[in-house]
Amino acid sequence: MNELRSKVKALLGSSEIDLFVGYEQGTRLPRPLLAASAEDADKLIFDERCTGNLAVYLTRKDLMGGKKAGIAASYYALRSICRLIDENQLQDGATKIFALTPQGALTSLETIADVKQLLQETPAPAKQVEDAWVQEVEEMPAAERWKFWTGELAKCFKCYACRAACPMCYCTRCIVEVNRPQWLQPWAATLSNMEWQINRVMHMAGRCADCGACGAACPLGLPVHIIAHKMVQMVRQHFGEPADKGATLSTFDPSDKENFIR
Amino acid sequence: MSTEFEPKILAFVCNWCTYAGADLTGTSRIKYASNVKIVRFPCTGRIDFMLLLKAFANGSDGVIVSGCHPNDCHYTSGNFHARRRWMLFRGLLDFLGVDVRRIQFSWVSAAEGAKWAEVVNKTVADVRALGPYAEYKKAAKFLAGNEDVLLKAQEVAL
Repeated sequence: MNELRSKVKALLGSSEIDLFVGYEQGTRLPRPLLAASAEDADKLIFDERCTGNLAVYLTRKDLMGGKKAGIAASYYALRSICRLIDENQLQDGATKIFALTPQGALTSLETIADVKQLLQETPAPAKQVEDAWVQEVEEMPAAERWKFWTGELAKCFKCYACRAACPMCYCTRCIVEVNRPQWLQPWAATLSNMEWQINRVMHMAGRCADCGACGAACPLGLPVHIIAHKMVQMVRQHFGEPADKGATLSTFDPSDKENFIR
Repeated sequence: MSTEFEPKILAFVCNWCTYAGADLTGTSRIKYASNVKIVRFPCTGRIDFMLLLKAFANGSDGVIVSGCHPNDCHYTSGNFHARRRWMLFRGLLDFLGVDVRRIQFSWVSAAEGAKWAEVVNKTVADVRALGPYAEYKKAAKFLAGNEDVLLKAQEVAL
């Protein structure tokens, strides 16, 4: 913890970075902290409780515009960072990345190769809760699933917190703001809420790090991250682990197997 | 007048294979169900998944999506991309409880006029057995019923 503080202070002091995205102690759980000075850096913490995906801040142009940044990256933030670099949203090597090794030691990562190396060494956190949710929903008959999801999403008032929390939702012009054609009705209504989630998750296919930030951000606690988790499962089932370059849906394999096209 | 339910089916087809195939069905004088309305696209790769949802929201009881067989795409790989998209999209809809039995995906080449008739007839028969897609329309109707109110609300805000 002190090691991170002193390193961040040194980086800020030498102007190697202008802003450090890390965690500070919140009321109960660690919360994000954007540190721009040595005083801020003194509040930083970084341990196994820090699981939120902070990579989202790296994609915010209003925040990052021209600044050099550092980040304390959790497992899922590292995965998001990999994708962001692959999608040319971050420059490889431009961000000072700090992460924890499986043993809990602080490590500094320079390039995407280092990040991928660490991700390989680190076992993915278990997703028991999400897996159980998906299984529970899958076991319902189709009509009940429709009832369940429309019932949940009827409550959604389209604040788009799920979009704001997601590191992969970085489009400056999102489909929900396009009105020629108007794909989605802008007001909150059951069907357009459903359509919004379908759009969101389809656009995440093969890109989603499965961090669950969308569900955690929802002010109503709607299980929208479960839909994303299901998508991650499907991508893995059909196409294996997402390839390094190119998202799942912008590439193809002639030997893709399906059982519903006659 | 017959009160039997006549399903409305919307077919999204590619220009190069299935549209030509459907043309062949006509020129071959093969009769098939008239419930289907065909929308022509340059390629299956162009068929946005939102179009299927819009079809249901606007009153379709079933949807057919059809294009060139794998390896036959006019643009080499459009149908391969589409196939990937449908694999995930269909799974996602199923997970959300949308009735995926109402969406028929098929490959119909320009030479398969008879197969097109068969695909349409089977889909119409299947959807007729399933009945009108009331659940989806009910969710969509919420919008239709409230448009005036919502527009008024917007006027006041302006």
